[in-house]
Amino acid sequence: MRIELGVALTHLTSRKRQTLVSLTGVVLGVAFFLAVSSLMRGSEKDFISRLIDNSPHITLSDEYRAPDVQPAELRWPGAAVQISHVKPQSETRGIRGYREKLAFVESLPGVRAAPVLVGSAVLTFAGRLQAVTLSGIVPAKMKGVSTIEQKMTDGSLDALAVNPNGIIIGRTLADRFSLRLGSTLSVVAPSGASRAMKVVGIFRTGNAAYDQEQTFALLKRAQSLLDRPNRANRFVIQLADPYAAREVALRIEATVGYKAVSWVEASEDILSVLLVRNIIMYSVVSAILVVASFGIYNTISTIVMEKTRDIAILKSMGFHARDVRQIFLIEGLIVGVLGSALGIAVGIALMRVLAEVTVKPPGVTEVVHLPIWWGGEQYLLATAFALGSCLAAAYLPARKAGRVHPVDILRGAT
Amino acid sequence: MSAVIVAEHLLRRLEGEVPVTLIDDVSLSIDRGEFVCVMGPSGSGKSSLLYLLGLLDIPTAGRILLDGEDTSRYQEDELANRRLEKLGFVFQFHFLLAEFTVLENVVLPMRRLGRLDEAAQRARGSELLERLGVADQGGKRPSQLSGGQRQRVAIARALANDPLVVLADEPTGNLDSAAAANVREILRTLTRDLGKTVVAVTHDAAFAAAADRCIGLVDGRIRAGWQGPAARPASASPGPASVSPDAPAPAGDVP
Ligand SMILES: Nc1ncnc2c1ncn2[C@@H]1O[C@H](COP(=O)(O)OP(=O)(O)OP(=O)(O)O)[C@@H](O)[C@H]1O
Ligand SMILES: [Mg+2]
Repeated sequence: MRIELGVALTHLTSRKRQTLVSLTGVVLGVAFFLAVSSLMRGSEKDFISRLIDNSPHITLSDEYRAPDVQPAELRWPGAAVQISHVKPQSETRGIRGYREKLAFVESLPGVRAAPVLVGSAVLTFAGRLQAVTLSGIVPAKMKGVSTIEQKMTDGSLDALAVNPNGIIIGRTLADRFSLRLGSTLSVVAPSGASRAMKVVGIFRTGNAAYDQEQTFALLKRAQSLLDRPNRANRFVIQLADPYAAREVALRIEATVGYKAVSWVEASEDILSVLLVRNIIMYSVVSAILVVASFGIYNTISTIVMEKTRDIAILKSMGFHARDVRQIFLIEGLIVGVLGSALGIAVGIALMRVLAEVTVKPPGVTEVVHLPIWWGGEQYLLATAFALGSCLAAAYLPARKAGRVHPVDILRGAT
Repeated sequence: MSAVIVAEHLLRRLEGEVPVTLIDDVSLSIDRGEFVCVMGPSGSGKSSLLYLLGLLDIPTAGRILLDGEDTSRYQEDELANRRLEKLGFVFQFHFLLAEFTVLENVVLPMRRLGRLDEAAQRARGSELLERLGVADQGGKRPSQLSGGQRQRVAIARALANDPLVVLADEPTGNLDSAAAANVREILRTLTRDLGKTVVAVTHDAAFAAAADRCIGLVDGRIRAGWQGPAARPASASPGPASVSPDAPAPAGDVP
């Protein structure tokens, strides 16, 4: 065993109570760090997974990211041309050659895609009107990219496949219009075309606006109703790895040309809020460790003051300032290492307890467990913070100890 | 005989609002194997001189040659290395580490030097304790020892790395006469049998009598032939504290 370590251990054991108090500070700091971090990160993961599950990972629409280059700019490239009041093309024409593009997107590894034609329509039933979004889908493909199948309370997507005049509506609309499976209503397109359709499925997502305004029909039926034969104006894309969405979206956009928006881009605001939340949370829990490090500073300062005589002996014997500094840094390190180890144990116990806690969010019937994240990096982070603050706390007294001049102490002692 | 310590025009001044000169133009030479005592009234700078010779303190001017090596060009760490390898210290108060056993205290300098393996260090430590007659005390804490025993342990520790010079500051100042005689005898033996050089600050006339020669110090300067208390009747021998720094220089004290 190194002498520095030996001396450090005798110092800590000679001040058991104070060492224990500062150790407790670190243990509690690390434990709270872990409990809070696991809870915050757990709820964040929970939130993001809901976000990922309930929205398409990537949506490809029949729009372009940048406006078209105007002919004048093409004619004189680099010239100081400024064209104002350009009217964008208002008519959405759909994705050109959507079948080939869909085939390309589906050929990418881990990617499923479904073509959708989205348009507006008006539903009428028993003299009442409701403007709705009519999405024409291919049920077999839609099942692969959307959770709508799991949200069906009556009927199924497959019923749509066998009934070309079928329509799927949301629970809110069904309740308002007193519709049931098998009810017939008529759908009026903007062009004036209208068609009688039969309710073959009812879904409930919990989002009232969506449950009122969203309807699904067969792609073919929607194409004919909306007068867009052989067109789709949106791809709903689902990935095996949702976190690759940004790169895959870029790749698709680069090849296909149309605008592909990943869920990351679509929820940028929420993700940045989560980031800020994490920064705040980690600053607060680190502050606990900083406070704990005051205890260590206090303990080691006391030891240095008490042991100046010993320091003088060691230095007169031939110990360097660095050796003496090391003794006290080791003391900080011992408290830090022990504190982190015990703190992680206590923290995990605390997390287990928290994981058992159930809560009942308002407006939801089922009770849910608190979401706890067990990820490894928070242990590393807590340990790094604990060791860092322990070493920082030990550094000042250690430096002071290293600067002790044996002669000053020897003169004072005789 | 070769000189093991040579001091040339040492000056040690403490700068401050009132500058204090601790050591004023001291030159001396100490040969290998000599037993030298340093005497003088209290406050005359004996300890200060010992700290300079022991490389614990750095002179304001002048230089010290240790074993032929000019130490004035060394930085703090190099001076510490010289202390570790070539010097041993014994102070008036024992200065042992209270939380370590007697044997661990003796082994400490060897561990820092790291030339011997652990078993050899312990063997040498036990051997030193035996030589100083405290072999059976190795497992005890310093607080469980008598003053004389502690001082012998301190000497054992000073000898740990087989130094050239042992510097002692009033090693018997805190002991009764029997224990003092014992320690004095041990230091005497170090020079005679082991060829060590011993420089000891003392107020003790008997101690001075045992030395090969004495260096007299008054007001930070060497006074040849200063015999101090030794020149007076033994019954009137004053304790260290009763000699004031500004006491008039004794008779026969001619520069
Ligand atoms: N830090 C200091 N500041 C000012 N003066 C000091 C300081 N340290 C020592 N002195 C003075 O330096 C002089 C020499 O002190 P030193 O301890 O070397 O004397 P000494 O001969 O060892 O005395 P003693 O026999 O009492 O141990 C004394 O006059 C003392 O007052
Ligand atoms: Mg003194």
